[in-house]
Amino acid sequence: MKKPAALRIEGELTIFRAMELKPVLLANPPPSEIDLSGVTEMDSAGVQLLMLAKKTALTEGRSLRLMAHSPPVIEVFELLNIAGYFDDPLVMDSRASGRASGSTKARSSNES
Amino acid sequence: MNLDDALETFIVECRELLQDMETALLGVEHAEEKDEMVNAIFRAAHTIKGSSGLFSLDHIVAFTHVVESVLDRVRAGKLKIADQLVVVLLACCDHIGSLVEAVAAGEQGGNAELAQQGEPLITQLSAYLEAPHKERAATLATTAGAPETDDVQRIGANSVNADHWHISVRFGADVLRNGMDPLSFIRYLETMGRIIGIATLADALPAAPEMDPESCYLGFEIAFQTRSDKAAIEKVFEFVREDCRLLILPPHSLISEYVSLIDQQQGEMARLGDMLVQCGTLTPQELDLALNAQSDTPSLPIGTIFVQQGSVQPEVVQAALNKQKQIKDIGAAESRSIRIEADKLDQLINLVGELIIVGAGVNLIAARSQSAELQESTSKLSSLVEEVRDSALQLRMVKIGATFNRFQRVVHDVSREIGKDIGLVVRGEDTELDKTVVEKIGDPLMHLVRNSMDHGIESAEVRAARGKPAKGSVTLDAYHDSGSVVITVSDDGGGLKRERILAKAIERGLVPPGHSLSESETYALIFEPGFSTAEQITNLSGRGVGLDVVKRNITALRGNVSVASQEGVGTTVTVRLPLTLAIIDGFLVEVGTSVFAIPLDMIEECVAYACEPGHDYTDLRGQILPFIRLRELFVVEGAPTRRENIVVLKHAGQKAGLVVDTLLGEFQTVIKPLAPMFSQVKCISGSTILGNGDVALILDVPALVRQASQSVLAANAAVA
Repeated sequence: MKKPAALRIEGELTIFRAMELKPVLLANPPPSEIDLSGVTEMDSAGVQLLMLAKKTALTEGRSLRLMAHSPPVIEVFELLNIAGYFDDPLVMDSRASGRASGSTKARSSNES
Repeated sequence: MNLDDALETFIVECRELLQDMETALLGVEHAEEKDEMVNAIFRAAHTIKGSSGLFSLDHIVAFTHVVESVLDRVRAGKLKIADQLVVVLLACCDHIGSLVEAVAAGEQGGNAELAQQGEPLITQLSAYLEAPHKERAATLATTAGAPETDDVQRIGANSVNADHWHISVRFGADVLRNGMDPLSFIRYLETMGRIIGIATLADALPAAPEMDPESCYLGFEIAFQTRSDKAAIEKVFEFVREDCRLLILPPHSLISEYVSLIDQQQGEMARLGDMLVQCGTLTPQELDLALNAQSDTPSLPIGTIFVQQGSVQPEVVQAALNKQKQIKDIGAAESRSIRIEADKLDQLINLVGELIIVGAGVNLIAARSQSAELQESTSKLSSLVEEVRDSALQLRMVKIGATFNRFQRVVHDVSREIGKDIGLVVRGEDTELDKTVVEKIGDPLMHLVRNSMDHGIESAEVRAARGKPAKGSVTLDAYHDSGSVVITVSDDGGGLKRERILAKAIERGLVPPGHSLSESETYALIFEPGFSTAEQITNLSGRGVGLDVVKRNITALRGNVSVASQEGVGTTVTVRLPLTLAIIDGFLVEVGTSVFAIPLDMIEECVAYACEPGHDYTDLRGQILPFIRLRELFVVEGAPTRRENIVVLKHAGQKAGLVVDTLLGEFQTVIKPLAPMFSQVKCISGSTILGNGDVALILDVPALVRQASQSVLAANAAVA
């Protein structure tokens, strides 16, 4: 058994870095944990990448854990109701960050 | 929303739908393009069923379902819509009507009597269904809204108990590359309403090596609560409209529509269903029902059924889309008109009436005050009041077409009953008249139409002998003529037999023997109470009640009725009605100190008084114009003024003059009916209040014209 590797993603998890991040997420050996605490922004492309990573892990019978979701990630997970897809516990301070995500939401709707 | 209000709306809509259904049923036999008609009929039944389901009116659902099943077979071309079926369906239409009325009367559960009435119809309908359906129809009658087997479109009236929209969207692969982020659409949706539930679908996500991180593979099922309409929701996705598959279901859609949604958005069936449950659009039971309906088709594994359905899918989907579009179109049309209670409208008209009376008072004061400014203002005010009056009255105007078209059914039924082939021709449907008049004219017209059919149109043999087409025709026509509405009921039948009418009248003692009557006077006798010349008494008429009631009803509307007939060619009954019952443009005249109002529409012109010495007529540009001296008629005291005037009245093609002292000019006249005490007074049709508070009587022009021409006839007779 390979040593489980934790992958930490920093910065945006968006379309702009999707090309760059795909090989990272699906690297060999694949990560068994992804630390999302450093994610500052996430969009659909990011969601897809995480879903792909999870799906690949499942088909290969591995486990993949997302951890330390940053507020922007939690906001998106809540918006799309996809926490169940990954089946990871959202970090406990999500209540506190929920409020933070509220402000993120406000900002993003301002932008749109 | 108050449920009672909703129910009220439901009932009103049902009545309208039934009306549409009836019209379409009557038209379908002879229509060139049957499909459209059949669809209309089906749509009506379907909608009634669907809405009844919403209110848990299971008995209506059960009955309508059977009707709908038969119609569906017609629609699918398996059954030809012909004479007999139309009769059955019309009866069903009536039965649904009575069911709805029972609900309106508060019997939500239906009653045994009605259920019993419905049974023979269901039996008849079942004959039109295939054998396996027959049993079904029977069971359906008891178990409301059970799923239909063979049609994905109509699983049942089980509309989903969800008061929110359902949005199903699959984004195209290029969305992300085009700089659009699906997330932002969903965020935007949040600003329009509340996302109750959302399920994200990543089924389209390919295996890792093929996955292009810049392509979009996502889809969403969203339960969305909003006050916005469908167009607004569609607009959210406008930028990706070309690049996504979007399906929006309105609140309370039928389960079948969700099924077609599941069907349409490719993907694993059960999973999609789960998604719908997950996002809160469907309850698990509803999903079961939907999926069971799918699997109800004989012993095929679900997968196969879906594959099969996959092949017919485009049509089904198209139908679903068309339907939605129609619903939307109808919605748009509805939003252009609003329903108002008639009481409110009446109150408005009353107020406008008061406004006119008070306005007249103000005008008078202004004229007395000699203040030019005040007069200018009041004249502006009066012209505005006049416009307000016209618009207010316009609100009450409705087209007579709806009333006329009701008679299609009557003619259809009656001609069947009496075994004559008779068609109804309707003209002038767009003629508008006061709602009150329209409501009250229905019964008299019904009498006239039935009378024409029963007495007017000859039997087929007689018609053939006379060289007429075998199919008789009754024509309803309406048009405006000098301030009144003229409605004619004509037939191409045998016409009235003058001698027979006269003989009968003498026999009944209505006319003294040896008395000679003019043609129109003779024909007018048929409106006398207790008069019928029909030799046989039928169900419909011939009992001597009817035409006198017709006349009474029409007179009560300040209208009158006359007959023209040519033996062997046909009869035309002409009903003249005032355009409105409340306010008219009047013309004031003065005799002595009394002021009278004349409806302006009936005035042809005013001329200076002149007369043939010793006679009650004058020479109006070479024509004899009989006149009446108002002073004499109403026994007004005082000597005539030196310069008298003649007001030339016109009614129903006849002219007569009215000799008055002074012409006072136009005046907006609010008609106040006379107290019943004065109902016997001739030549007065009502009263009005003048600006100074005085009362002026409104002259009954038709009566005056009649009297004038009679006096001329009498004078002629005396001369001869």
